[in-house]
Amino acid sequence: MTTTTADRRPAASWRSDLARRISDALERPHALGALMLGPAVLYVIAFVAVPFFIAIALSVSDATVGDPRIDSFVGLRNFLAVTQQEGFQAALRNSVIVTIITVAGIIVLSTVAVEILAREFHGKRLVQVLFMMPWAMPVALAAITWLWLLDSQFSPIDWVLVKLGLLGPGTPLGPSRHLYYLGREWLGLASVAFVDIWRTLPLATVIVLAGRLSIPRERLEQAQIDGAGYFRVLFRIILPALAPVLIVAILFTALLVIGEMSSVELLTRGGPGHSGQVLPLWAYIKGIESGDLGQGAAISLFLFPVLLAAAIVALRFAFRLNRD
Amino acid sequence: MSRVDSRQLRLMGLYTAVVLLVLFAILPIAYATLTIFKKDSELFNPAANPFFFEQGPTLNHLAFLFGKTQFPVFLWNSAVIGVLVVAITLLLSVPAAYALARLTGRWGESSGMAIFLVYLIPPTLLFIPLFRIVVWLGVANTIWSLVLVLPTITVPFCTWLLLGFFRSIPRELDEAAMLDGHSRFGAFRRVVLPQARPGIGACVVFAFSLSLSNFIYSVTFVTESAARNISAGVPTELIRGDVYFWPSLMAATAIVAIPLGIAYGLLFDYLVRGFQSAETTAISEK
Repeated sequence: MTTTTADRRPAASWRSDLARRISDALERPHALGALMLGPAVLYVIAFVAVPFFIAIALSVSDATVGDPRIDSFVGLRNFLAVTQQEGFQAALRNSVIVTIITVAGIIVLSTVAVEILAREFHGKRLVQVLFMMPWAMPVALAAITWLWLLDSQFSPIDWVLVKLGLLGPGTPLGPSRHLYYLGREWLGLASVAFVDIWRTLPLATVIVLAGRLSIPRERLEQAQIDGAGYFRVLFRIILPALAPVLIVAILFTALLVIGEMSSVELLTRGGPGHSGQVLPLWAYIKGIESGDLGQGAAISLFLFPVLLAAAIVALRFAFRLNRD
Repeated sequence: MSRVDSRQLRLMGLYTAVVLLVLFAILPIAYATLTIFKKDSELFNPAANPFFFEQGPTLNHLAFLFGKTQFPVFLWNSAVIGVLVVAITLLLSVPAAYALARLTGRWGESSGMAIFLVYLIPPTLLFIPLFRIVVWLGVANTIWSLVLVLPTITVPFCTWLLLGFFRSIPRELDEAAMLDGHSRFGAFRRVVLPQARPGIGACVVFAFSLSLSNFIYSVTFVTESAARNISAGVPTELIRGDVYFWPSLMAATAIVAIPLGIAYGLLFDYLVRGFQSAETTAISEK
């Protein structure tokens, strides 16, 4: 028995020596930090940074699905080609319009929702569950729900409008008994924006509520003691304090809306014609369905510099507001 | 007397507002749920009241969804993808966030904004090159393509959220644990990690639902019906040309949305707390 332990000792001590050295090294913050951060950084490099540069390379090449090699440099030809397309012009316009409408709606509605949810009331848990529902469902399924609600023949909204005497022959909204929400250019875009507001409001509200609850209670109470009415407190204290988090909420919402193609794909399919097209869907149609990888990449890269600049400006602005 | 009246009035106003807010969120889902149990003859009768069951309810559409479509397969695929994406996300972003919050010094302090910028690169920009990478790795048309790629969305987001959480935990806690004889990593694992549980809970729900929700990758990388998830599978399987299987579509939606909604709602306060600390780090120096 004793001899066997003696035989093993050198190996064991060598191993424990190594283990000790490793654990010593891990006591140094930078070594442990690098080890803990490394995997995430490597992953992001492999699956975000590399594809990002491939996207740039593709956008200046003539690669197609049939011949995907990036071997000939064509300069900005893809970018020039896409800007000539009617579908692209509509897509650019609509992406901007839908994003602006959504952001505007989110600013107003999330502020209202936050004022409600910052208070105490009975059944708050249930309200929170129900309120989060639109955000909890996958976007494609949310779009399908709205597709049914806005159906050209069986929309319950049309049915209610007809019953109220607002829609149908001899009523303010016209002789037809249906509004055909998704079949008209502007009504279609408005519907897409509305669905985007509906599905992103819960997230935006959580973001803004976080900021609202960070406002020191004493500041609100002091203002009330000083005799300020509710709206005075809202506009003088709450809204200015919320400005930085509203910017974060706007950024999140705008990114979610501008990069999502499923709501448009399912609701209007970019129609009628190309009039309801948006950038991500157009990039998918050109890049995958028509197989022109170069043009697809050019379309999806088109807004990136604008987004990047807008985000940096917005975050710096939020940063400054927050410091004051 | 009049004071009581004005208080009651204000309370009534609050509850009215609460009800309106809830209705805005759930009316569409409630209507969808109603549709599941409608008979076709009533559903497609323009004269029928869409909010009542004149001919009584039916379970045929649910039976169709589970028996005659690939929906159970999509559900299973989504669950597997979701669980694996959550696991990968936590394995990558929990240590990364802790490292950035505590270990990397000055360099880590400005990282909140840097991660945000990674988050800024949208899937629509990456899907074409990622498609090539997926094909090159030989995982196209399998669920593994999504398991591999979806953490690109969840890792930056969760790292950002957790970074705020770890920063809001006082440094003295780690230091005390290390004085008690824990190693640096031991202090993280045994003392700091349990404190960050709400943040991790928020990450789990977010990562799971974001993995379910992504459409563009699911449609691009997987064309085989048997490997699709619900986001890509439900629209393609239950919308056949011009034929929409409305009640079954609504059932598919409700079955996914209701449990996820409950999970989100129960974690609501954690989510708010997570954003509270994340916002302070994203838009301030410390």
